Amino acid sequence: MAGPRDWEISRRDLMVGAGAGAVLAATPKLAEAGASLASETRMPTLASVSFTVNGEGRRLEVDTRTTLLDALRERLQLTGTKKGCDHGQCGACTVIVDGHRINSCLTLAVMHEGSEVTTIEGLGQPENLHPMQAAFVKHDGFQCGYCTPGQICSAVAVLDEIKAGIPSHVTVELDGELLPTSDEIRERMSGNICRCGAYSNIVDAMAEVAGRRA
Amino acid sequence: MKAFSYERARTPAEAAAAAAEHEDAKFIAGGTNLLDLMKLEIETPAHLIDVNGLALDTIETTPEGGLKIGALVRNTDLAAHKRVRKDYALLTRALMAGASGQLRNKATTAGNLLQRTRCPYFYDTAQPCNKRSPGSGCAAIGGFSRQLGLVGVSDACIATHPSDMGVAMRALDAVVETVKPDGETRTIPVAEFHRLPGDTPHVENALEKGELITAMTLPAPVGGKHVYRKVRDRASYAFALISVGAVVQPDGTGRVAIGGVAPKPWRVEAAEADMKRGAKAVADGLFANARPTHHNEFKRTLAERTLGSVLTEARG
Repeated sequence: MAGPRDWEISRRDLMVGAGAGAVLAATPKLAEAGASLASETRMPTLASVSFTVNGEGRRLEVDTRTTLLDALRERLQLTGTKKGCDHGQCGACTVIVDGHRINSCLTLAVMHEGSEVTTIEGLGQPENLHPMQAAFVKHDGFQCGYCTPGQICSAVAVLDEIKAGIPSHVTVELDGELLPTSDEIRERMSGNICRCGAYSNIVDAMAEVAGRRA
Repeated sequence: MKAFSYERARTPAEAAAAAAEHEDAKFIAGGTNLLDLMKLEIETPAHLIDVNGLALDTIETTPEGGLKIGALVRNTDLAAHKRVRKDYALLTRALMAGASGQLRNKATTAGNLLQRTRCPYFYDTAQPCNKRSPGSGCAAIGGFSRQLGLVGVSDACIATHPSDMGVAMRALDAVVETVKPDGETRTIPVAEFHRLPGDTPHVENALEKGELITAMTLPAPVGGKHVYRKVRDRASYAFALISVGAVVQPDGTGRVAIGGVAPKPWRVEAAEADMKRGAKAVADGLFANARPTHHNEFKRTLAERTLGSVLTEARG
């Protein structure tokens, strides 16, 4: 899947860097700054990584800076996973890796050798929706839909976490039985921001799936 | 993000040696703080050493009856561990008060301790910051300092350490275990791990170049009632304005550490002698040398009242 696009971008960046250096060097006072700029220009490093995405083995050659999110979207064309803040604050990039939900924007693709990644495309398809996807549709758990893939990946993992007995900030008894109450769901979903404010319907969708499971 | 080379380390000693060999090397484990800072070019390592394969992800009972927590144990797994929940509930509560579910699944024990301040002036590369760029000045002093520190701070820096976990670790007398590039291992009490800023706020902890945290150990359980109370601007997924971690014994004695007020988890053992006299007496000791700004002086009052509430709950 690796196209020539990545190299073109790298080449263009390098040319921009060289051009800036030349301009700075022409101004005596800034020559020193130009030199330090040039010394800080580092060549991109390529590395290969293999992981499984939605059950399919993938091997990529990536710039080491490539996040898992960018690898999924830009290299594997799995654009269901969204880039929101790109700093782990919004949750739009949430995917499930080795059974755990994570922010794919805050991890490097090269750190996932051998990982099993599940994105929204792997949870279900339009003709074969995952129960959580169907519940989001039924309960209107979205408006614009941008945060939705992250919300759904997170929601699926949240119910698994409750089932596994992992406590949360609002859990009263640390050794008691854990139930998917609204309080538990709300607290556990706080890493997924919805600017349209579909929260109450998301809680309803999750409660229905949790009830169906129980 | 600046380009960097990358390697996967196979043993802790090998990782430490690699870090000493490379100029500007960093370890990466969870990466949730480091990559955030690398995107902003606040951190610009030339070489990353991935330590995720080091098998430091187990929690074991020590001969003394305490716990040895591997450096790579994820925050979620540490909080959910049966013995932690039973014997060190303060740690579970503190961990679960921090970050989001996604971040806790990735963030590690050592990384949590090593995370950097969320001072907005540290994050804004257009502003002077002695921590980010030594000698450039501090825009936080005289700036918008509501979120920042009031005790243990200096004329060079008023940033806080943002960890919730660290507050619990400090109250529970945790010890940091490390390995140096030459293979030598050592232990550092968590009380001595973080440095106060003084005039070198960029030096944040006791680690030497290349030194790698391998574990944190907890002494045998101390019993008592464990309470962690975090006060923040929203109910979830926000850093503390202040937090109180306390272990209170049936006789009214106990220990308390405070988060969100200092460059390190803040505990003053001498102040704990006043636990039976109530929150005001303890807070007077904790904040004896406080130097709040106009914006953050409310934290002194907030901490005392929260501690009062915590003591009431613990004795109730």
